[in-house]
Amino acid sequence: MTALGLHRFQFAFTLTYHYLFPQLTMGLALVLVVLKLLARRRRDEDYDIAARFWTKLLGVAFVMGVVTGIPMEFQFGTNWARFSRIAGGVIGQTLAMEGVFAFFLESSVLYLVLFQEQKLGPRRHLFATIALCTGTWLSGFFITCTNAFMQHPQGFVIDPSGVIHLESFSALLLNPWAWIEYSHTMIGATITGSFTVAATAAFYILQDRDLAVAKKMLGAAVVIGTIAAFCAAFPTGDQQAKLVLSHQPETFAAMEGHFHTEIGAGMTLIGQPNVEALRIDNPIRIPFMLSFLTHQRWNTEIKGLTEFPRERWPDNIPLLYYAYHVMAGLGSLFIGLMALSSFLLFRGTLGQSRGVLWLLMLAFPLPFVANTAGWMTAELGRQPWLVRDILRTSAGSSELVDPGSTLFSIIGFMGLYAMLSVLFFMIVTQQLRRGLSAKEHA
Amino acid sequence: MPAVWFWLLALLLGAYAVLDGFDFGVGILHFVVAKTRTERDTLLRSIGPVWDGNEVYLVAAGGTLFGAFPLLYATALSGFYLPLMIVLWLLLFRSLGIELRHHIDNLLWHHLWDVAFSASSALLTLFFGAALGNLVRGLPLNENGEFFEPLWTDFRVGDVTGILDWYTLLVGVTATTALALHGALWLVYKTAGDVCNRSRSVVTRLWPVLVLLTLATTLASGAVQPQLTRNIMRYPLGAACPLVALAGLAGMRACLHSSPKRAFLASGAFVLGLIASAAFAIFPNALPARSAGRQLSIVDAAAQSSTLGGMLCWWLPGMLLAVSYSYFIYARMPKTFTTGGDEH
Repeated sequence: MTALGLHRFQFAFTLTYHYLFPQLTMGLALVLVVLKLLARRRRDEDYDIAARFWTKLLGVAFVMGVVTGIPMEFQFGTNWARFSRIAGGVIGQTLAMEGVFAFFLESSVLYLVLFQEQKLGPRRHLFATIALCTGTWLSGFFITCTNAFMQHPQGFVIDPSGVIHLESFSALLLNPWAWIEYSHTMIGATITGSFTVAATAAFYILQDRDLAVAKKMLGAAVVIGTIAAFCAAFPTGDQQAKLVLSHQPETFAAMEGHFHTEIGAGMTLIGQPNVEALRIDNPIRIPFMLSFLTHQRWNTEIKGLTEFPRERWPDNIPLLYYAYHVMAGLGSLFIGLMALSSFLLFRGTLGQSRGVLWLLMLAFPLPFVANTAGWMTAELGRQPWLVRDILRTSAGSSELVDPGSTLFSIIGFMGLYAMLSVLFFMIVTQQLRRGLSAKEHA
Repeated sequence: MPAVWFWLLALLLGAYAVLDGFDFGVGILHFVVAKTRTERDTLLRSIGPVWDGNEVYLVAAGGTLFGAFPLLYATALSGFYLPLMIVLWLLLFRSLGIELRHHIDNLLWHHLWDVAFSASSALLTLFFGAALGNLVRGLPLNENGEFFEPLWTDFRVGDVTGILDWYTLLVGVTATTALALHGALWLVYKTAGDVCNRSRSVVTRLWPVLVLLTLATTLASGAVQPQLTRNIMRYPLGAACPLVALAGLAGMRACLHSSPKRAFLASGAFVLGLIASAAFAIFPNALPARSAGRQLSIVDAAAQSSTLGGMLCWWLPGMLLAVSYSYFIYARMPKTFTTGGDEH
């Protein structure tokens, strides 16, 4: 691998691993707020028991997110020095805002949420939980805003030496790309949170343990999960796709595997992209669907990848195509599974439907896969640019850091993160074994 | 405007050193002042509510550095690639040591994370001190104003420097000692009984060592970085920085028995004074260079002034808010942590 390849691999690896945890904490924090609201509204202790169980797990996931997140902030400088020099005046703003507005809030209230429920009393503890949720969601916003600048830069000027200066704070924060990408990302995190809660509830119901609490938890998770699964496709996913089509048309063509311009373009469901031959091998397609989904008309023209110069093509088209299709495929599956679960829930038979409970339990890793694939789509689709149309990825890495040093740090991160996974599993399985209503102070 | 941000950043780093500094110090002394498992529980409880918030000052300083001085952020972080990776990994171990320990009730598990917490705290203070030493000593900037430092070369302060040489090691050891004392004073202030008594005797024994180390570091800094004396001639007001440190150094010993709280605050002033003195020594440079003429000045390192102005508009209220959260948590903490008690 080249020096550039190693820098890219390290950032991709550490970020992918890191984001397994924030998507869970952001999603769980929302579910937690809902559970605590239900406990108060319905005066039902069971929801409080469920909330306490998830607070403990949220704490562990939060620690994992923090320890893997701190390296992310510093890797902009260590591995991407030229990018930081050129764009730091802009993206440094949103990253600093994350620290100042989100992290201080989160770190202060986390302790209150984890250990001070008794002292605070139910009302103030609910407030602390809402503050924690707000903190995690704010943090998500500033990071998405940073990414949105790289995808679709707004509110800047470039000086003669090539350095990007910020011209308008409001244009940076009100970037339309940021808000749509943020909505889609947060819906994705909500899916992860609700599926994790639903899977855990199914795990207990299938074993006949803590039935009362588990069933209430399952109900809340299925309702949240159903809303989120639909919102992931429409409006947020739909809007995101339209944004990509209008501002990154070559990316759109590459992720759909759409090589040649067509009027009334069909949508590929499955098939292998063949970049040499510029076609999809063994495709299963729905005719006219791509035109319809993007323009609500059957006969509009959709530009194919070959319309664009090759040096603007994303540099890993097959991976981009697969990542996008994995995300979209899983998203469809989530809608199906959650619609079925909701139907059974409102008929009052979900708790006895062992088949569906098994499906819910086994589905828990899939939202993590879908969120990861979604971010791979966004980031591979941004290539070959670091900042779209302004700075190429090849011109952004640290020049004086030799490949040996990067390889050393990659291996170090891999080893440490393998260890983190083992520790996380040890603690989570122990927590699961204790059960939902374990009283002792963990 | 760049100068305003330089001092705001120094203040933020100083706040980080003072706040996270005492929980690092507690880590260094983890096996020295706490002899049993319950005593070590007490130590961890005394920093439990605040350590994470303290660490956020580092993250906020990193973000602020990135936004206000992109060039400095890029040059320094890529140049310090290897030690920074090690620091990131040590920070990871330290957080795990504090946060995972109480999840599993097993003697070996506790011992493992106690060692991880203590060793990473000690090594981190050494590395942070050495990093500060590197800034004061100056860096081997090339003709493009960039550098890449190995971990060490020949340990001399010559032209080909590494992260560690005799001077940066001296600063590192001084930092470790200063923060160990700072942590001990926190424990004198916040605990009772055996832990408190042992911490007090750590202070009485370590204080003379710290005085000697401070003296040695000051003299060595003057020799290694001639700009320090030049700056004092040019801006006599700046002499306030080392004077604050001196007052803190004297104050922490003088108040040790009469008022543990004041002694702890004095030690905070000492740490803040040291950071301010280091900042004063390199001002108006952001990165002093080993070879003349290649230094990176704060004006060159800064983002353009309209960005800096706009940044001030959100940064100041944001930090006020952040400090108020910190204050809220500190004010809610129990006055003293006793071994075997349950103040959670």
